[in-house]
Amino acid sequence: MDVKKQLRIATRNCGFIDPENIEDYFGVRGYEALANALTTGSPSAVVEEMKKSGLRGRGGGGFPTGQKWAFAAANQADQKYVVCNADEGDPGAFMDRAVLEGDPHSIVEAMAICGYAIGATLGVVYIRAEYPLAIKRLQQAINDARDFGLLGQDILGSGFDFDVELKYGAGAFVCGEETALIKSMEGNRGEPYTKPPFPVSSGYWKKPTVVNNVETFANIPAILIKGADWFSTIGTEKSKGTKVFALAGKIKNVGLIEVPMGTTLGEVIFDIGGGCPNGKAFKAVQTGGPSGGALTFKDIDVPIDYDSLIAKGSMMGSGGMIVMDEDTCMVDFAKFFLDFTMDETCGKCTPCRIGSKRLFEILEKITLGKGTEADIDKLRMLSNTIKDTALCGLGQTMPNPILSTMDTFMDEYRSHVIDKKCPACVCAKLMEIIILEEKCVGCTLCARICPVNCISGKIKETHHIDREV
Amino acid sequence: MSIVTKLGSVKDNKEVSKTMQSGSTCQLTGECRAPDRNTVTAGLYLELEEFINGLSQKEGHLVTVLHKAQGLFGYLPREVQQFVADQMELSLAKVYGVVSFYTFFTMVPKGKHPISVCMGTACFVKGANKLVETLKESLAVNVGEVTVDGKFSIDVLRCIGACALAPVMTIGSKVYANVTPDQIKKILEEY
Ligand SMILES: Cc1cc2nc3c(=O)[nH]c(=O)nc-3n(C[C@H](O)[C@H](O)[C@H](O)COP(=O)(O)O)c2cc1C
Ligand code: SF4
Ligand code: FES
Repeated sequence: MDVKKQLRIATRNCGFIDPENIEDYFGVRGYEALANALTTGSPSAVVEEMKKSGLRGRGGGGFPTGQKWAFAAANQADQKYVVCNADEGDPGAFMDRAVLEGDPHSIVEAMAICGYAIGATLGVVYIRAEYPLAIKRLQQAINDARDFGLLGQDILGSGFDFDVELKYGAGAFVCGEETALIKSMEGNRGEPYTKPPFPVSSGYWKKPTVVNNVETFANIPAILIKGADWFSTIGTEKSKGTKVFALAGKIKNVGLIEVPMGTTLGEVIFDIGGGCPNGKAFKAVQTGGPSGGALTFKDIDVPIDYDSLIAKGSMMGSGGMIVMDEDTCMVDFAKFFLDFTMDETCGKCTPCRIGSKRLFEILEKITLGKGTEADIDKLRMLSNTIKDTALCGLGQTMPNPILSTMDTFMDEYRSHVIDKKCPACVCAKLMEIIILEEKCVGCTLCARICPVNCISGKIKETHHIDREV
Repeated sequence: MSIVTKLGSVKDNKEVSKTMQSGSTCQLTGECRAPDRNTVTAGLYLELEEFINGLSQKEGHLVTVLHKAQGLFGYLPREVQQFVADQMELSLAKVYGVVSFYTFFTMVPKGKHPISVCMGTACFVKGANKLVETLKESLAVNVGEVTVDGKFSIDVLRCIGACALAPVMTIGSKVYANVTPDQIKKILEEY
């Protein structure tokens, strides 16, 4: 793996310190940023520094973190909350898990800093129940921080009170969406509601709430120690800092990487990832999970930042990067995501609840070889309608995998509906079985296992398939 | 299907044993193999009650309590939901609404060794659906069902964050990485 292209900020401590030992974290200047803020800084100074750094949310949306904090700080209320979104719902992404398991204290510290900046006294981490080790380590980090007086009443004699508690998710992708997350934290069904009001004005228990992603928080102590000026030199003009990606799928070097914003897709997939294994050709890479799109070889020089990826019909998302090789059928792949969203739609609004089912049905029809050209048009029209009418981000972005694969792999869709062939040989119903006559040695194996007895031939003679059967 | 029919059919122990003999294991039709209710001790209810009383506040902790309840009972049948509703001063409808929303909560028991195959994107691209097919064949049950002897159940889940090891499956709390369909037989023999 080409390590030179990487730069570790959010994952700076992962693998280097013992995550269960708070003193290890002290050794890498842990809790120094919090101590500095409490003793020599002021809440507004922290917010200003965050604004200056240009850090944008790593949970997918890319909203400027400093600005979010400033809104919450400006809203007057008797109680405010800091929420860490550790629901990491994108299947195929594990950046947040790695940070929570490898460096839990940085999250605790950053949440306390945020609490100080906006005037909150309670932080809540909403964490997936599927991550038992992360839960254990985070709980231990919270306990240890309490023992050292870094959480609780009157932290470091500054008069600032702050504590952190955990709430568990229960396996619902939509709960990663911030309004649904808040509903779920309150013990309800995790159904999103319309924004505004945004959580910064009315969130958890209707109080001003900052919701930030795990990786966003992990950046914060580093920014405050090294300074916003340092941080803002890294990355591109509108996307500062680094981004952690989880490389998975058909790629040689699977695992987590962290690269400066602006690194190209090609550098990530070929220089760092090593390309596809077994000599297979690279076909596409999906960024942004079920909300994103597939990028192909022609996009290989696209710099990775929020705006460039959106311009290409995909999105940054939380950082999952699934690489596909020539053996992947793009229609089948789009169908996989629709199957996922169909399962995960909360059902609150019609375009998403019913639309996902209809989209899935059309894709299913195509992969079964029963599609027509009209289905392709229907697919596109319905996709655009859902995009415009769904209530929350899940529904609005659900058609992206379809639209983006239709843009770049229209020929594959056409092969499925017109020639009734699956070019990647994935869709079983579109496969044609033939016997290569010159290779057939008459071993009779095929005839013996054929479920419909349509193969005839004598031992040591060429066999034939009777297509009429 | 309403909760009444879904859970009602397993309420009667006699009926449960009947379905046991008939061999049907479908969790959706309600012909499920629930454990003998007499063996569910009152002690578990007591423990749950203590947990609820130990909470700083009841408001907003329904999901927390359901996690605890499922941890104790293994699943959330109607009686447990009713108990939680009473203790939390909520309606049964509200509790059922939450239980049915989240995939983590189950209203029917799992096998002794619950098998979960990850069908997240990374595992999908690496052929997780072939694992599911092989498991279905070897155990002769569908996804969401329990084997006749109650030993295994198959479920699919969406990503456990071990995507670098795809495809992944878990049996109980043990994780199997880079699984291929031909390893399944050996893995099942461990149990
Ligand atoms: C369907 C959907 C799923 C989401 N899932 C996650 C998630 O798993 N983790 C996350 O941090 N943000 C997720 N988000 C984004 C959150 O709504 C929110 O923007 C984010 O937590 C804000 O934090 P940030 O500003 O630090 O990115 C999701 C959004 C949508 C629409
Ligand atoms: S878009 Fe989908 S997930 Fe979002 S509120 Fe509507 S139904 Fe629920
Ligand atoms: S996709 Fe299977 S573990 Fe993440």
